[in-house]
Amino acid sequence: MAQTDYLSPTTPPTSRAPSPLEWVRENLFSTWYNGILTIVCLVAIVPALISFISWVIGAAEWAAIAENLRLFFVGRFPRDLYWRLWTSLGILAGLTGISWGFARRNARRLSRSILIVLGVAIAAVVLPLGLPSRWLLAITLGAAVGYAVGRQLPPTISSWLPGTWGLAFVVILWLIKGGLGLEPTITNVWTGLLLTVLMATISIVLSFPLGVMLALGRQSKLPVVRALSILYIEVIRGLPLIGILFLAQVMLPLFLPPWFRDLDRVLRAIAGLVLFSAAYLAENVRGGLQAVPRGQAEAASALGLSTPLVVMLIVLPQALRAVIPAIVGQFIGLFKDTSLLSLFGLLELTGIARSVLAQPQFLGRYAEVYLFIGLIYWVFCYGMSLASRRLEQKLNVDQR
Amino acid sequence: MSTSRQRGNSRLPNFKDLPTLLRDARFWRFAAQAIAVLLVVLLVILIVDNVIYNLRQLGIQLGFDFLRTQASFDIGETLIPYSPADSYTRAILVGLVNSLRVTVLGLIFATMLGLLAGIARLSSNWLLRQLALVYVEIFRNTPLLLQLFFWYFAVFLKLPGVENSITLPGPTYLTSRGVFLPWFNPTAGTGLWLVLLALGIGGAIALWRWRVRLILEQGRPGNPILWSLGPLVASGLLALILTRTIPFSWNLPQLVGGTQLQGGLRLSPEFSTLVIGLVVYTGSFIAEIVRAGIQAVPRGQWEAARALGLKPGRIMQMVILPQALRVIIPPLTSQYLNLAKNSSLAIAIGFPDVYFVASTTFNQTGRAVEVMLLIMITYLTISLTISLLMNLYNQTVQLKER
Repeated sequence: MAQTDYLSPTTPPTSRAPSPLEWVRENLFSTWYNGILTIVCLVAIVPALISFISWVIGAAEWAAIAENLRLFFVGRFPRDLYWRLWTSLGILAGLTGISWGFARRNARRLSRSILIVLGVAIAAVVLPLGLPSRWLLAITLGAAVGYAVGRQLPPTISSWLPGTWGLAFVVILWLIKGGLGLEPTITNVWTGLLLTVLMATISIVLSFPLGVMLALGRQSKLPVVRALSILYIEVIRGLPLIGILFLAQVMLPLFLPPWFRDLDRVLRAIAGLVLFSAAYLAENVRGGLQAVPRGQAEAASALGLSTPLVVMLIVLPQALRAVIPAIVGQFIGLFKDTSLLSLFGLLELTGIARSVLAQPQFLGRYAEVYLFIGLIYWVFCYGMSLASRRLEQKLNVDQR
Repeated sequence: MSTSRQRGNSRLPNFKDLPTLLRDARFWRFAAQAIAVLLVVLLVILIVDNVIYNLRQLGIQLGFDFLRTQASFDIGETLIPYSPADSYTRAILVGLVNSLRVTVLGLIFATMLGLLAGIARLSSNWLLRQLALVYVEIFRNTPLLLQLFFWYFAVFLKLPGVENSITLPGPTYLTSRGVFLPWFNPTAGTGLWLVLLALGIGGAIALWRWRVRLILEQGRPGNPILWSLGPLVASGLLALILTRTIPFSWNLPQLVGGTQLQGGLRLSPEFSTLVIGLVVYTGSFIAEIVRAGIQAVPRGQWEAARALGLKPGRIMQMVILPQALRVIIPPLTSQYLNLAKNSSLAIAIGFPDVYFVASTTFNQTGRAVEVMLLIMITYLTISLTISLLMNLYNQTVQLKER
């Protein structure tokens, strides 16, 4: 009977929230040098904050932003074709809902706050564009229904989820580009945030197979293949991105046969980004490959699988899963790097900012415009890194 | 089984042996490489053929002889003598020197900022911790190019003109024409001073290392920094006695007639933007690397060091940082490489680095292939040098297992 005493739940030690004064003493003035640091920090930030806030409220002219919101977000995309963007958003919302619901089932406590922040961010982008309320309703409903479906998804169907994402990617590209029954849009109208997002996504998706191949090549036992892969990876990684974009814009046309030469500028940019991103992706995937225990490959070959099958079915899935955070990190990097294309005359987010700054009534409004698009970049990049960090935490907890 | 092996080894496989051959791993090992080589060779031939054809169509010839012709464009900032009458080679050399200046300064300051911010992220002071966090998250998650534009157009070019410049103690003048800093003028004794100071610094480092080793190996108390001050002071005194002058005279920037600044060191807005932009951007990445490295040191190391009675500063310096460096160096190397490569964004704000000059050369001569090769060779050399040096350093900090 005495055992029950040990097993009975003990009351947890009562923790009392510290009073504000205690908190300040503990966190700001715990030692003499912490006190000095606190005062120095305060002296440095308080005036800066005050002058910044007074600038934001008083001196700054936000008309440069307000009058050009549309330009920043979707650029020159024809207004009567906006329904294609809304449809794409709907597809994305539905799929995100399904995936989220499914992930939520595996890891019980998936932070809802990310989803809310994501929703608010998207609404902040979309509402100023005059999204009709029935579309907004449809998109929200799509996400909600997707979530409900995801919660109930049987495993046989859920294994199709990655494939569905791939299909959605193609469908959305088709919706935006047109063709095959839809009136095509020329790539010149792809501008602003739309172009930034498109280029980053297309580049990472296209560079994926190339990067995986290069990583496998670098890890391969075949000396020639390995040497060629290393050569490619190291040369590309040794060059500045701006040089590779120069290569793509100026020299790619020289590399191609004459009948193929007038590639448009967006495609050339994407080619450059793909060449660049593949080399970095290859190094990330290599890390994943190195993390897969050797025994896995040996066991698989002992079972009689041929080398390609061992790689495809056993090693790669484990390796890719291990490097998802690194790939998200690379996507964030690529998203930021698309800004360099403004130097080659492309009107993505940074390029559009420069064209807004060239409007005569907003000449010299650098601070406002750059702060604003900086905020857009920041929301996207920080959101992605936050989401990937949280997801990784929750999924890892579940796995072990 | 045995028959198939015999047949596989036969010297002239006939058609019937093909399925066996296709199942042979050795054959595939050979064939895959052959195919890879063939594909690459084909691709190269195709590209070279197209380039030759296209260049002939455009009426351009290949060759580096254009490098000897007159550049006839001016370069705003030069460390070595240059005039538009000089050759393209000279112009590119000027650009290279400018690039290296930015890169070296950037590396030094980014390391300092990153180290400070990384340690601040772990401070027990809440305010400092949050400030470091805000700094890191803002600058890591926005494009460098945008930051450069911001620094250049919204900060440096918006500074007041010379007439009502912002004056910092020093005196340092912040104007839209650049930053004017106090600088040195050599005196008669500068040479001797430098030699003696170098000796003093060498002695200080040697003493410092010796005292640290004594502390680590024999547990002797003592302050290595105080020890290393000895040779420095001694060499300074010696130099003062021998030369009877101070090592240099100050060259202070001065307002002349209220509209012009003369003297001192002028840092152009472009140069200042590039260095500040690179330092602040890269520093935020280095901060995260430093923080992760420090956190990778087991907690027990802190506790043990504290139990031995070491002071917090000493713990950081002698116990934590040496171990953290093992984790820090490899990712730090790639940040250094990024900084060197990112310095090419100079072109966006018009600082004449090597990429800028090469790009101007391309615009004037149309020599895309040659210019691209030059850019590649230059940056690959810089990258390789940095990673070589960092790898050498890495070997000295790695755990030596015996």
